[in-house]
Amino acid sequence: MATVPHLEFERDMVELQEQIQKLLQLAEKKGINVSSELAELRGKLESLREETYRNLEPIDQVQVARHPRRPYSLDYVERVFTDWMELHGDRAFRDDAAIVGGWARLRGQPVMVIGHQKGRDMKENIHRNFGMPHPEGYRKALRLMRMAEKFRRPVVTFIDTPGAYPGLGAEKRGQAEAIAMNLREMARLRVPLVSVVIGEGGSGGALALGVTDRILMLEHSVYSVISPEGCAAILWRSAEHRGKAAKALKLTTSDLHRLGVCDEVIPEPAGGAHADWDRTAASLGDTLARHLGELSELSADDRRKARWAKYEAMGAWLESPLASGSPS
Amino acid sequence: MSWFRKPKKPLTSEDRRDLPSDVFSKCEGCGEILYREKLSQNDHVCPKCGYHFRIGADLYIRLLSDEGSFHETESELRSADPLEFTDLKPYRDRLRAAETKSGRGDAVVTGRATVEGIGVALGVMDFSFIGGSMGSVVGEKIARLGRLALEEERPLILVSASGGARMMEGIYSLMQMAKTSAVLARLHEAGLPFISILTHPTTGGVTASFAMLGDVNLAEPGALIGFAGPRVIEETIKQELPDDFQTAEFLLEHGMVDRVVDRRVLRDEVAVLLRHLFVHDGAGFTG
Repeated sequence: MATVPHLEFERDMVELQEQIQKLLQLAEKKGINVSSELAELRGKLESLREETYRNLEPIDQVQVARHPRRPYSLDYVERVFTDWMELHGDRAFRDDAAIVGGWARLRGQPVMVIGHQKGRDMKENIHRNFGMPHPEGYRKALRLMRMAEKFRRPVVTFIDTPGAYPGLGAEKRGQAEAIAMNLREMARLRVPLVSVVIGEGGSGGALALGVTDRILMLEHSVYSVISPEGCAAILWRSAEHRGKAAKALKLTTSDLHRLGVCDEVIPEPAGGAHADWDRTAASLGDTLARHLGELSELSADDRRKARWAKYEAMGAWLESPLASGSPS
Repeated sequence: MSWFRKPKKPLTSEDRRDLPSDVFSKCEGCGEILYREKLSQNDHVCPKCGYHFRIGADLYIRLLSDEGSFHETESELRSADPLEFTDLKPYRDRLRAAETKSGRGDAVVTGRATVEGIGVALGVMDFSFIGGSMGSVVGEKIARLGRLALEEERPLILVSASGGARMMEGIYSLMQMAKTSAVLARLHEAGLPFISILTHPTTGGVTASFAMLGDVNLAEPGALIGFAGPRVIEETIKQELPDDFQTAEFLLEHGMVDRVVDRRVLRDEVAVLLRHLFVHDGAGFTG
């Protein structure tokens, strides 16, 4: 994977990898035994990788969440589900390729799968608008969720977007209304709903697929009300302060789990999901199946009530101004 | 997320800072010099061109509800600082300054009121409190108002003015969009009316949640209403936006609001609507 683009904090690891490569070439050329040196270097690489990924700064997490080799929705569809049949269009304007959706089976059971979809190269990214949906994308998602409701199948959503697209057409066609309607209608659905943040959870454009009974997150994904760059540009008056903004926003999985927004963090292999797609997909599939199993045991009424209670409890406030003087 | 943006039209705050020396105001719409008292008698609408001056939450409450009928609820609620957020200034200091400046606890006022005798649950946002941004308190107060409407079977009326989510509360501010929408889902199923009134400016997470979910959406003339702020859009598409882009009239043309309503007849229109949607007097056809 020598051509794989790498991140700033991955540099040392890439260097070690190159040393290993050189050693192997040398060994082959000169016919000498380098197994002990090789084992040492590989051990070093492994512990460096673990160490690095254990201590990522929030802004590094953002970089991993946006890693160009990170698996996207369709990569998980391929590995976690069977019998995938994609369905297209919002029945009103067009098919938005920034959101994919369709039927599939999870452990043999039919489910509706809907997710943001980024592109792997420039051509695909133009087609998929870098995973930034227009209103018709959200309306397609809602159409598919209503279909799932009609046939009483659970809905699984994958969240991975920089945000809803801020453009002329998007505004004309009601980006705000499309997102708002999804929020309200997802709250009303009677079938089980589980969302998994697999990469970037970018603001309202992410939440529009995220009003669910369970919110799961892959370990190195992030979820935030605004991008660190956007936040820094506004509050620090320069996007250069994105590192500070990323820290302040508390957008990592450990923060979001602590804040009660993320229900479960799905561990990624050392080196992140992009290092091993299959292993990541396997643990994602197991976790997803477990949550859907739990949710299926509840009645539709109880599920909805619990969903409402979950969202109504979110936030932090003081019941009176007097309390604001209390030590924090 | 764009409460920080400069609105297209300069803000005025004459309703809150009534300087005695300030006898005249210049209309931002047509440049006419207006006698303040006249302007105030005209609901802060320019008598010449119809330009709507910005008014605060108190004036909105007075404009919409029967005299003396408004009784505030949840006025004690205050923002916590769950993330201990500090940018160039600590969020706590921003909150304190906003409370001092605006004289209120957060960016929305909620309560019970009557409109031409019909009991309603009324919430009005105040842009002067951190750009009317929605944090946990705004979300919670609107959610509680929605539950009050459910319990007491009242129509819900929300007047929006907001730059969007309050990023100093991070993910919690985003989740208020889901929280308020979930309460509206229950109201919707209960068959209770929700009238959303969008004023200048309503953008970001507030537009993308409760403000667009009215059974009927009413917008104030000339109000800036949108999802993304105009500057963000210009930066994204690298071209200038048309003059009327994201105005109330633009939204009407594109089917996103039901009516653009002059403030001077807003109360009458709301009352007519409430009677259409909600008041059953036993006579006539039934559904």
